[in-house]
Amino acid sequence: MSATGIGAPVRRTEDFRFITGKGQYTDDINRAGQAHAYFLRSPHAHADIVKIDTSKAKAMDGVIAILTGDDLAADKIGGLICGWMIHNKDGSPMRAGGHPALAQGKVRYVGDHVAVIIAETYQQAKDAAEAVDVTYKTLPAAADIDSALKKGAPVIHDVAPDNTVFNWHLGDKAATDAAFAKAKHVTKLDLINNRLVPNPMEPRAAVGDFDAGTGVFTLYTTSQNPHVARLVLSAFIGIAPEHKLRVIAPDVGGGFGSKIFIYAEETVCVWAAKKVGRPVKWTSDRTEAFLSDAHGRDHVTHAEMALDDKGRILGLRVNTKANLGAYLSTFSSSVPTYLYAPLLSGQYNIPAIYCEVDAVYTNTAPVDAYRGAGRPEATFVIERLVEVAARERGEDPALFRRKNFVTQFPHQTPVIMAYDVGNYSASLDKAMDMADVKNFGKRKKESERHGKLRGLGYSAYIEACGIAPSQAVGSLGAGVGLWESAEVRVNPVGTVEVLTGSHSHGQGHETTFAQLVSDRLGIPLDQVSIVHGDTDKVQFGMGTYGSRSGAVGMSAIAQAIDKVIAKGKKVAAYALEASEGDIDFKDGRFSVKGTDKSLAFGEVALQAYIAHKFSGQQLEPGLKETAFYDPTNFTFPAGVHICEVEIDPDTGVTRIDRWTAVDDFGVVINPMIVEGQVHGGIAQGVGQALLEGAHYNKDGQLVTASYMDYTMPRADDLPSFAVGMTSTPCPSNPLGIKGCGEAGAIAAPPAVINAITDALGHENISMPATPQRVWQAVQQSQRKLAAE
Amino acid sequence: MASVTMTVNGKTVTATIDPRTLLSSFLREHLRLTGTHVGCDTSQCGACVVHVDGRAIKSCTALAVSLDGAHVTTIEGLASDGHLHPMQEAFREHHGLQCGFCTPGMIMSAVDIVNRKGAMLDEHTIREELEGNICRCTGYHNIVKAVAAGAQAMAATKVAAE
Ligand code: FES
Ligand code: FES
Repeated sequence: MSATGIGAPVRRTEDFRFITGKGQYTDDINRAGQAHAYFLRSPHAHADIVKIDTSKAKAMDGVIAILTGDDLAADKIGGLICGWMIHNKDGSPMRAGGHPALAQGKVRYVGDHVAVIIAETYQQAKDAAEAVDVTYKTLPAAADIDSALKKGAPVIHDVAPDNTVFNWHLGDKAATDAAFAKAKHVTKLDLINNRLVPNPMEPRAAVGDFDAGTGVFTLYTTSQNPHVARLVLSAFIGIAPEHKLRVIAPDVGGGFGSKIFIYAEETVCVWAAKKVGRPVKWTSDRTEAFLSDAHGRDHVTHAEMALDDKGRILGLRVNTKANLGAYLSTFSSSVPTYLYAPLLSGQYNIPAIYCEVDAVYTNTAPVDAYRGAGRPEATFVIERLVEVAARERGEDPALFRRKNFVTQFPHQTPVIMAYDVGNYSASLDKAMDMADVKNFGKRKKESERHGKLRGLGYSAYIEACGIAPSQAVGSLGAGVGLWESAEVRVNPVGTVEVLTGSHSHGQGHETTFAQLVSDRLGIPLDQVSIVHGDTDKVQFGMGTYGSRSGAVGMSAIAQAIDKVIAKGKKVAAYALEASEGDIDFKDGRFSVKGTDKSLAFGEVALQAYIAHKFSGQQLEPGLKETAFYDPTNFTFPAGVHICEVEIDPDTGVTRIDRWTAVDDFGVVINPMIVEGQVHGGIAQGVGQALLEGAHYNKDGQLVTASYMDYTMPRADDLPSFAVGMTSTPCPSNPLGIKGCGEAGAIAAPPAVINAITDALGHENISMPATPQRVWQAVQQSQRKLAAE
Repeated sequence: MASVTMTVNGKTVTATIDPRTLLSSFLREHLRLTGTHVGCDTSQCGACVVHVDGRAIKSCTALAVSLDGAHVTTIEGLASDGHLHPMQEAFREHHGLQCGFCTPGMIMSAVDIVNRKGAMLDEHTIREELEGNICRCTGYHNIVKAVAAGAQAMAATKVAAE
């Protein structure tokens, strides 16, 4: 391993600009002559819009234009789309209600977009918004799943009179029923996967621009996938054809899924730029982010596990109701379906699985992918079930898991996925060792001496990453392919630019991708630059989410590098007057086998461009190659996290005393960055388990719409983490990478809840396990003890 | 409109501004010092922390006009003579940042913690002192390491300078 190659903990090249305040985020970008947009949002969860009177507001200082849904419709701008078609059990398509970027006649959640006010300054736009007179006829709201499914519930979209988006299922019902019929023991659980707000620290922002001379639109935006944004804005929404629309996602301050989607505000800014003849800028404030960024999770689940007399899992039956909010966001339909149910087998041999999912409209913000997207929900179901099953049988939860682990690969689960490789026991062993599980009893006694309760919880998670083989996702309803592209441009002096369709918003691609290039081409890291986030520079790409940029994005780069080396050999053969078959490439030099004749990579690059030595015809000048890489399978990162908590029964405060994570990510490019991803994921998972919860009251008002009300994990809520790794290289891509971005967020919630319930001695606690809830649960434990 | 004069990163600036302009907007929009970030509207996240007269404040919570005559240091002014501040170095060395959005505020807060509490900071103190700065990316693990190391490096540079 070289100091900068694959496996080296290289310090990040992008950091210099961030630590000196020189990052360029969307809100840092200003265009000459720009105007500012402010969105007037619905204060009601559900209402008909009777009239919008803008006359007074239009006359106010600085106001340039006030635009509504009628203006969008007049310009034939289409609605926002959901790009994944799910079919009902009966084969009929899901019921997708219209999703105009600015409301047309009706608002469906608090924060829904009613009008945009464009003014010289942001303050003027905001002031004018208060003078827009909207007459609403309020309607009853259905702010949660139960109210939306009640008989006589208010109808949110006419296409779905029962507020049901789809009734979907996966697996073999008959085989699962048969498994339960012969079960010796059935474990049952009711689970709530709490609703979360993603909260990347950089709020969304957009600057739309239109060049009347060329007819080209430019949108600067906080996007994880600028090409997908351009595709949707062009092909579906109809802003402009793709060659007339440039989307730039500069430095982006975190995404966690919430910046995948194509939202109303960005759409309106780019459209309005032409309409008002000025660049139009919008930056979300945090309250708007809470109201209108797509939320995550929000499942209600009943799950059952069938066991034989030896404690082997025979079957799994899961019924989930998923809240998708008031409109279908870009990929929302895939989250509680194909990103969820196929992971319900966990790390276990389960012969039969049947899962039913009802997706529901409610008068709340749209719900879509948030770090892990479906996989944390699945992991919560299976890891809570195995833990409780072990406890009910009086078995050690680690042994129970080990007994049921998949040990033979490849392994076909009953729910689509074919696990290619893994070694689940290795991660469990290592985690138990690092967590010093064998002395847990001593620590528990010690806590008891201090009047505290101590518990230990496992989570043996698996996820499907490296998203995704295009044909596979196409057959499941995806409207796009999920390959990735790369272009490797070698300059005449031998420096390299890599243009990638992946997008870095914290992942450190500028470093890790350069490490791959440095490793393969034998050139120093500082001779490589990574270009991303601009549709005018990078031809196409699917962006970054689903832990795909290593497994898919870097595989594309690796393939393009292979082509560069192959062409370099041809050039070197001419330059060294040898036959191509005799040229070797190693450590940055092309050499003629068995001789001391060689040329450095940079020298061959120069030869490629000056082209003096070619005989013409056969070889084109230049050194630049592209590749589109489509993976052959998902990847299956897996691991074991162990959480140990101490609870103060008097206050209900849960303190995480130690956290151990052992993950198998296959080949790791930069362990420092990978560990950082694990830390961040765990923090978000702990946030879900202990602190975070988006709450709408029954009128559909979001009562957790600021950092005063929505508890973000802070430094003193978390411990330091012990992170270890095992490795079974992934056979499904040329680099052996599995992906690491979501693991922590997937693994953590059940580890925390399993630890808390272990301490409590009963299973009756839901997320977030706030001090109040834990205190109440402690009272229940004490009553239970007293009764025994 | 009101006139305000202050020293920002060693340069005197005078401007006529809307009296409701926050220091964060003044820095970002009038002076184009966009390293100071705005991550919330309730004074909770700390992305906007700068130093005013040597002490950390949340610039989203101060009116620029109230700081007439003040000395303000932003993240752009922390490095001197082309040398990174030891705390900046520590964040890079210990991977204390991912997306970088919270980073300017984190670093400015971290320097302030050392100024107030000295160089020997234990993990508990660092975590408590970082209460006012939210990071969504790192889980704080490496930020805590960076602050501890940066504190020691600050002390060492001071000793070296004396
Ligand atoms: S922007 Fe100042 S505290 Fe959040
Ligand atoms: S590094 Fe992204 S918020 Fe802290």
